[in-house]
Amino acid sequence: MNWQGIKAIYNFEMARTRRTLFQSIVAPVMSTSLYFVVFGAAIGSRITEIDGVSYGSFIVPGLIMLSLLTESISNASFGIYFPKFSGTIYELLSAPVSVVEIVIGYVGAAATKSIILGGIILATANLFVDVQILHPVWMVLFLVLTAVTFSLFGFILGVWADNWEKLAIVPTLVITPLTFLGGSFYSISMLPPVWQTVTLFNPVVYLISGFRWSFYGNADVAVGLSLTMTFAFLLMCIITVWWIFKTGYRLRT
Amino acid sequence: MGDSVPVLRIENLCKTYDDGFEALKNASLEIDEGEIFALLGPNGAGKTTLINIVCGIANASAGQVAVSGYDIVTEFRKTRSLIGLVPQELTTETFESVWATVAFSRGLFGKSPDPQHLEKVLKSLSLWEKKDNTIMTLSGGMKRRVLIAKALAHEPRVLFLDEPTAGVDVELRQDMWDVVRQLRATGVTVILTTHYIEEAEQMADRIGIINHGELILVQEKSRLMRELGKKQLILYLDDPLQAIPEHLAAFDLEPGPEPNELVYSYDSQANSTGITALLNELRSAGIHFSDVKTTQSSLEEIFVDLVKRIR
Repeated sequence: MNWQGIKAIYNFEMARTRRTLFQSIVAPVMSTSLYFVVFGAAIGSRITEIDGVSYGSFIVPGLIMLSLLTESISNASFGIYFPKFSGTIYELLSAPVSVVEIVIGYVGAAATKSIILGGIILATANLFVDVQILHPVWMVLFLVLTAVTFSLFGFILGVWADNWEKLAIVPTLVITPLTFLGGSFYSISMLPPVWQTVTLFNPVVYLISGFRWSFYGNADVAVGLSLTMTFAFLLMCIITVWWIFKTGYRLRT
Repeated sequence: MGDSVPVLRIENLCKTYDDGFEALKNASLEIDEGEIFALLGPNGAGKTTLINIVCGIANASAGQVAVSGYDIVTEFRKTRSLIGLVPQELTTETFESVWATVAFSRGLFGKSPDPQHLEKVLKSLSLWEKKDNTIMTLSGGMKRRVLIAKALAHEPRVLFLDEPTAGVDVELRQDMWDVVRQLRATGVTVILTTHYIEEAEQMADRIGIINHGELILVQEKSRLMRELGKKQLILYLDDPLQAIPEHLAAFDLEPGPEPNELVYSYDSQANSTGITALLNELRSAGIHFSDVKTTQSSLEEIFVDLVKRIR
């Protein structure tokens, strides 16, 4: 293993976060705080408890997931897209680093940033509402697994995108709607039966449900199923990344 | 070629792009350790494609490449760690500092941090004072230096310079060639492409000429210039000639750019250059001259002539 290579990519990406601290950390924290103010305080005061949890507390796992998904994708996709855009990808391709090492470097850094952000949002949420974590180990597992999986997805997106529009379109038009409709702000049991069935086709439902279970012990779908779906998506991403490097898709001519 | 393993061995290398364009056609080449090899060719000839395949940026359609005996596909870690590449385009990490980007390159190539080596590299390229500057604040020439520093950060044994002096000032060009000479002194092999053929003439041990994806000639520079170069004798006549006399038709004579100049082209390697005979004929014809000069074709003239012939 080229550990120095992995470290170089990882540190390079983390340094970018430090340079763009406002964009990387402060902006997501600010938008999350606004969610708490609008949904938690203004609207939440008119909504009764859900599964014995106050509405403000109920939306905390969903809000963390919302930021985790979007930030994992945008960090990882930007990380690999920018060298393609600027042309500096030549150095990565000509370096003695394997697929695994490149992915560990980029995805590791993107996932690290997302996990840090998730922790910050959790701390921020504590300022607004009471947050319980019944299963902290599972909470960390879901957090890490989701960050890694969606960072891998973001990496794929960054390789696939050949312009800035494509880079932005998936997080904006696919991920954000799926997250909003995946039970971030409600329990899917609150939906009419037909929509409950439709919602089960949304993969984000399983992530949010499992993550929320680790907080309050309540889940829309079985925890085992949540975990299985997350691993299944992770596996799909791994296979796609392996194929990208094997064929050189959009990287090597 | 000696008995030792060549630092670069390319065998029947082919590259066909998805659109059907054949960028390389059965290119074969061997380069020995410590050589300075210049690859010349017109735009689109296949120079950069060849470099990109050796460095791992592009995949070959067919053929094999070995660096110091290691296959570039199956033993890519070994080959790539031996190679440094200065690309043609000015592609830099705009928002990074000079030091950070050079340190990144060293790490990426698997080398542990070595501030002393980086300092030496930056100083040799007159970048030391700029080490904390972000790259976006540097001039084009300085960015080119940064690219060279990045390529040298991991102490490569083979350095590819893909038109490194395109658009840079004379000072940088001189600095760069000084660095190349220093590298060569430490046994580093340098493979360069350049549009400034006089640079190849000045620096290279051997020359390869590539055109339409085919390596049409690979030869030692001195031999190439000897064999393909024309030698000319210029005679400065006392009185201009109206026409070249018929009895001098056996000699390859032509009028020079000035009315009083007569140019004789000859093969300096031939048993008889014909100079003595020409001078005797001129004397007997009563044609007098006040001065003589000999010239030899430049590499550029040879290159242009070769490429024209192939076309």
